[in-house]
Amino acid sequence: MSLKVPERVWWKPLGWQEKVWVTVSLVWCLVLFLMMPLWMAVGKQNNPTETYRVSPARFLETASALIEKYKVGEEKGIPIIRPPRGSDVYLVARMWQWNPILELKKGETYRLHVSSLDLQHGLSIQPLNMNFQVLPGYDYVLTLTPTQAGEYSVICNEYCLIGHHNMTGKIIVRE
Amino acid sequence: MAPSIESQFRTCAVTGLKVHLPAQRLILANAVAAVVFLLVGGILALLIGLTRWPAVQLLPADLYYRFVTAHGINMLVFWIVFFEVAGLYFGGAVLLNARLVQPGLAWIAFILMVAGALLTDWIVFAGKADVMFTAYVPMKADPLFYLGIILFAVGAIVAVSLFFATIIVAKAEGRTSGSVPLVTFGLLTAAIIALFTLLAGAITFIPTFFWSLGWIPTFDPGVYRVLFWAFGHPAQQVNLAAMVSVWYALTALTVGATPINEKLSRTAFVLYILFINLGSMHHLLVDPGLSSPNRIFNTSYFMYLAVLGSMIHAFSIPAGVEVAQRAKGYTRGLFEWLKKAPWGDPGFSAAALSFVIFGFLGGTSGVIIGTMQPNINVHNTLRVPGHFHATVVAGTTLAFMGLTYYVIPLIARREIVGKAWAKYQPYIYAMGIILMILGMNFSGMLGIPRRTWDISYAGAPLAVKFPESVYTTLGLVGIGAAIAVLGLLIFVGIAVASLLFGKKRA
Ligand SMILES: [Cu+2]
Repeated sequence: MSLKVPERVWWKPLGWQEKVWVTVSLVWCLVLFLMMPLWMAVGKQNNPTETYRVSPARFLETASALIEKYKVGEEKGIPIIRPPRGSDVYLVARMWQWNPILELKKGETYRLHVSSLDLQHGLSIQPLNMNFQVLPGYDYVLTLTPTQAGEYSVICNEYCLIGHHNMTGKIIVRE
Repeated sequence: MAPSIESQFRTCAVTGLKVHLPAQRLILANAVAAVVFLLVGGILALLIGLTRWPAVQLLPADLYYRFVTAHGINMLVFWIVFFEVAGLYFGGAVLLNARLVQPGLAWIAFILMVAGALLTDWIVFAGKADVMFTAYVPMKADPLFYLGIILFAVGAIVAVSLFFATIIVAKAEGRTSGSVPLVTFGLLTAAIIALFTLLAGAITFIPTFFWSLGWIPTFDPGVYRVLFWAFGHPAQQVNLAAMVSVWYALTALTVGATPINEKLSRTAFVLYILFINLGSMHHLLVDPGLSSPNRIFNTSYFMYLAVLGSMIHAFSIPAGVEVAQRAKGYTRGLFEWLKKAPWGDPGFSAAALSFVIFGFLGGTSGVIIGTMQPNINVHNTLRVPGHFHATVVAGTTLAFMGLTYYVIPLIARREIVGKAWAKYQPYIYAMGIILMILGMNFSGMLGIPRRTWDISYAGAPLAVKFPESVYTTLGLVGIGAAIAVLGLLIFVGIAVASLLFGKKRA
């Protein structure tokens, strides 16, 4: 009984049912074990790793310069920018806004830099439901190619104090 | 001269175990504290659940975030750790017919834990630490918030150490010989994981405490996340190992199940110690700063050997029940043993439901969302709480509830009051949790973030529109939470009434 001291020698061979079960489980675990590197290598997984150290002030400076240069409009006071095809694009996370609104072209590849000026935030692109952690001090580079035109919502899904549920942004993809 | 040590023992009429009376008092004190914090966390769960239901949206935003913070800490830390300490004293002293070493120190540990918990709760409810359970820097709470957690952790480290010492002394004094019982062995693995979890907690929260006081100027948020999850994730592995131990204990108490192969079950527990801890990195899969090999290692790696441990228990525990039931003559057909199991015994039904929900909804969802590409679609959505409510709530909490139905008669020596209620309580609780988990998972798949007060984004400058179906799936979260909390309140009611008014047992 599990609550009592076992008999003196309990190191006993397994029954055949146990052997079958353990073998099947182990083989399955090994298959999963190998699947992961394999999938990473040949499965075209999204796996953004490019990261740089950046101070919030420096990140804001770079982003502001690009906003000024490529601004094509405004919505609710938030600048809309149309960056050159295939360029480096900056998205600033701060309490409680994603800035600027990005206008990208379908089929072009961009390097999206994202960082925070204050707390941790969560970059959540809807309705794609792709989610990335955004930290102050880290310039996280997501290489992306929009494949479908339309408007995408950006929300924050890392709690960032009382205005967290007001932190939204937008990405527009044009044909 | 002190009175003879033997006068500190009584012999249990049911199990024949020799129960050390100072240990018994400590088990009760810790279990009662656990249930009090469970009640606090449960009431908060109801309020939060009804807030996430858009048709109700009960709380204002500030209280919602405050109560999510409090709910996480009271449930995940205070309720579970107090109960685990009670479990350790039970497995270390009572099951070995031994004395708990240094009961005085154990009381100091208890007082530290209570003081830490009250301090943290006070600061949180006073609105000085709306930072969530994770308290990600550079979000800053009042320094006393971190101090409360540190005090609690120090108390818990003392308690865990006393458990180790109790086993060593029990052997040295010849009160037990040979291997420890399987349940004690499982608790031992939980305690070993707990020790390095608590040390990781200290490494996380002590610098954070200093940082909040201004003694350390900056704290890198990426480093904090690594440290925090070195504490936060293993803490759940403690719960896992403790829960599996409770499954073995409950199947032994309710149907007299015996482990079919001690070697296999014990090896499975050892696999937990060796491999499960790597799961911590799953929380960081979409973080900046991690290299590709790091991610590959942490999504394929040896965690599957810990999964193998769980697969072994998934076989051994039901097999133990089947063997015990067949020995009683329930041999007709393939499943008479299962049909004739004591489904009306809340100890058995709680263990069985915990086992099934944990296995099919908790463990599997954890393996899925711990892989790279799915993790991008899951990170910080409601699927994450959907996963861990299946492990920690439906799994651990339900198992602990089941054990309580035996702790009260065997340790508090009181009859259970309201046995008819107790019979249905695990089913009500499990049904609510299942609905809530499904609601959370479906909502998360549709992109609904966790920890967000308003998913209509009514106050946001740029509109966000989710598919209409989220209003149904979030309704499921609210309704499920309400049913689960009803089950929780019935449990607390039974436990309190039994302790206060239950007929005393000889
Ligand atoms: Cu945010």
